[in-house]
Amino acid sequence: MKRIRSVLLPPALAIVFAALLCAVALVISGDSPLTALGAMITQVGEGTTAVDIINSGAIYYVAALAVAIGFQMKLFNIGIEGQFRLAACVAAIVGGALVLPPVIHTIVIILVAAAVGALWAGIAALLKAYRGVSEVISTIMLNFIATGLIAFLIRRDTFGLLQGNNISTAPIPESGRFPGISFGSSGTIFGMVFVAALLGVGYWYMLGRTRFGFELRASGESPTAATAGGVDARRMVIIALLLSGAVAGLVGIPELVGRDFAYTLTSPQGYGFTGIAVALLGRNHPVGIALGALLWAFLDKSALALDNVGVPREIVLIMQGSVVLSVVVAYEIVRRYELAAEQRRVSAQLRAVPVPEQQEVRS
Amino acid sequence: MRNRRALALAALLASAVVLVGCARDTGTTPPAAGGDAAAGECARNPAPAAAGGAAATAVPALPNADASALKVGLAYDIGGRGDGSFNDAAAAGLEKTIAELGVVKENTKELAAAVNESEDAAATRLRQLVAEGYNPIVAVGFKYATALGTVAAESPDVRFAIVDDSTVEAPNVTPLIFAEEQGSFLVGAAAALKTQACSVGFIGGVEQPLIQKFQAGFEQGAKAVAPEIQIDSTYLSPAGDFSGFNDAAKGQVVATGQFDGGADVVYHAAGASGQGVFQAAKAAGKSAIGVDSDQYNVPAYADVKDVILTSMLKRVDVAVFDYVNAVAAGDTSTLPEIFDLSVDGVGYAVSGGKVDDIATDLDAYKAAIISGQITVDTEPTS
Repeated sequence: MKRIRSVLLPPALAIVFAALLCAVALVISGDSPLTALGAMITQVGEGTTAVDIINSGAIYYVAALAVAIGFQMKLFNIGIEGQFRLAACVAAIVGGALVLPPVIHTIVIILVAAAVGALWAGIAALLKAYRGVSEVISTIMLNFIATGLIAFLIRRDTFGLLQGNNISTAPIPESGRFPGISFGSSGTIFGMVFVAALLGVGYWYMLGRTRFGFELRASGESPTAATAGGVDARRMVIIALLLSGAVAGLVGIPELVGRDFAYTLTSPQGYGFTGIAVALLGRNHPVGIALGALLWAFLDKSALALDNVGVPREIVLIMQGSVVLSVVVAYEIVRRYELAAEQRRVSAQLRAVPVPEQQEVRS
Repeated sequence: MRNRRALALAALLASAVVLVGCARDTGTTPPAAGGDAAAGECARNPAPAAAGGAAATAVPALPNADASALKVGLAYDIGGRGDGSFNDAAAAGLEKTIAELGVVKENTKELAAAVNESEDAAATRLRQLVAEGYNPIVAVGFKYATALGTVAAESPDVRFAIVDDSTVEAPNVTPLIFAEEQGSFLVGAAAALKTQACSVGFIGGVEQPLIQKFQAGFEQGAKAVAPEIQIDSTYLSPAGDFSGFNDAAKGQVVATGQFDGGADVVYHAAGASGQGVFQAAKAAGKSAIGVDSDQYNVPAYADVKDVILTSMLKRVDVAVFDYVNAVAAGDTSTLPEIFDLSVDGVGYAVSGGKVDDIATDLDAYKAAIISGQITVDTEPTS
C-alpha cells in the first residue's frame, strides 16, 4: 500500500499541478481550459490520431530507454539526438542500397542503425573512460557534428537524390520494410512498436535480473563501492554508453521502415530531447517510461486540435515542461516526507532505549 | 626564450606582410575595361539587346471568378503568418482572394506547422482541414509533399495545391512551383550594377536544393553583369537543420562578416534570419536585397527599409490567388506549369526607387531570360 502510494502519488500530483498551471495560463490568456481539454480528448478519435499517439509513443519510449540506461549509471547521454539521426540516415542509405530477402533486409537495417548509434556514442564513451571528458559536453558536441555529417551524407553528390525541392536517400525497397497492423483509414501501427515493447522488457530484465544490471546500478549509486566490489568502472562506462547509443540508434527506425522508407531533409528531429524528458517523467522505470511516453505523445498529437478551437498550441509546451518539473519536485517532496515518517517511526520504536537519533539513509 | 620571442616576432611580421599583400592584391584588380570611373574597378558587360518582341509578354490574367462559395484552407510551413517572407506571401494571396474573389473570411482557415514535427502531424493538419469541409486546400512548403500524397489519395474529391513541390502525382493536386533562379538572376544583376566595391554576398538560410537555386541564379546574374565580381556565398545552417531560417542573430553575424570582407550588397534567402542581414547592412552603411515578399514594405522591417535595395519577389501570393481563382472557375489547367519570369511569378521589387536607374538594364536581362537567350542554372557552379 505504502509502496503504491510512493510510486503513484508523485506523478499524479505532478500531472494535476501541471494541468492546473496550464488552466491558469489559459484563463489569463482568455481561453477556456475545458474547451481546450475537450478538443484534445475528441481529437484522439479523429483520423489517425489514436494510432499516431501509439506510434510516436513507441518512438519516445525507445528514446527514453536509451536515456534511462545512461541515467542508471548517472551518465547523461544528451547525444541521443545525434546518435538516432545519424543511425537513421546511415541505415536508410544501407537499406536503400542493399538487395536482400525480406525479413533479413529489415534485420540488417535495424542492426546497422544500432551499430551506428553505438559507434557514435562510443566516441563519447572512450573520451569519458580514457580522458575523463564529461559525456554531457562531448555528446552535445557530437550532436552538432552528426548534423553536419548527415548534411554531407545526403548531398546530391554523395547519397542524396533530388525529390522536387527535397533531398532524400534512395528509398528502401519492399523487402526492407517492416509491416505494421493496419486499421484502414485510422492508420497503421508500426511493427516496430512491438520491438519497442520487447526492448522495454529486455531493459527490465537486464537491470533487475542480471549481474550486469546489478553492476550498472551499483556503479551509478557509488562508483567507489562498486570498484571495491570488483567492478571495473571504466568498462562499465564504455558498455553503458555503447548500449545507450545502440538503443538510441533504433529511435528513428520505426518511421524509417514503417512509413517513410527514406531519410530526407524533413525527417523529424528532436526525439532525443523528448526522450530525456520522458525518462525523467518515468523515473527510469520501464513501465513509468511507457506511461510517460504515451502521455507525451497524447499531448503532442492532440495539440493539433487546439488550432481548431483557437487556443494557442504552445499551451502544450507549458504542460510538458511543467509536468517534468513538477514530477521531479513531487518525488523529492514525497521522498522527504517518507524519510521523516520513517525517522519518526524508528525513533518511536527506540524510545525505550535512549540512543542518539540515527540518520537513516534510504536509497 | 629569446628564440621563441624571435619566432613570434617573425610570425607577426610574416602575417603583416601577408595582410599587406592581401590589401594590395585587392587594390590592384585590373581596372575596368571600359574605364568607367564611377563604377570603380568593376568591368561591366552591357545589358543584352532586347530580343525581338520577347519583353513584357505578360500572360493575360484570367477574369476574376466568383469564389464566394469556396472554403479555402491554408497549411503554412514553419513560422506561419508573420515570417515577413514566404508564409506571409501566401497569406497575402489568401487576403487578395477575400478582397477580390468574394471569398468569405469566415470560410478560410490557416494552420501552421511546428518545428521538427513528424510526418503524421502534417497529415493530421491536412486531414483537419478536409474534415471541416475546406476545399480547396493549399499546402505551403515542400515539407507537406509526402503527407499530401497520403491525404489527397484519401480525399479524391477535395482539391489541393502545394507550393514548392511537383512530386505529388495525384489528379486532385496542383503543384505551384517557381523559377526562383530567374528572379535571383535579376537581383544578382542589380547587385552587380550597384556595387561600388565589385564585391557582393549571398546568405542562404539552409544549404538545401531550394535555396541553392537562389544562390545559383544570383551568382550567374552578378557574373553576367560583371564577370570579375567577387561573390561571397554563405549558408547559415547545413541541410536538415532548419534553424538557419529563423536565426536573425546568426544572419547578422554572417552578414557583418561579408560586409567586413568587402562586399557592399548582400542578398539573403534566409527567411526570418533576413532581419539580421538588414540590421548588419544598416550598421555597416551598405545595402541588402530582400527575398520572397517585397520586404521594403514589410512593416516589421520599417526601421531598416532604407538599406533594402530591392527584393527578389517569389509571388506565392499570385500563385495562391490564381489557384483559388482557377478552382472557382472550375479549371486548374489554365495555371502555368511553373511560375517564372514570363508570367511574373518571380521578379524584383521596385519599392523605394533604388533600382529605378538600372531598370532598363534589368528589364533587358528579364527579356533575355524570357526569350530563352539566357538560361539560368538551378545549381550553383562552385
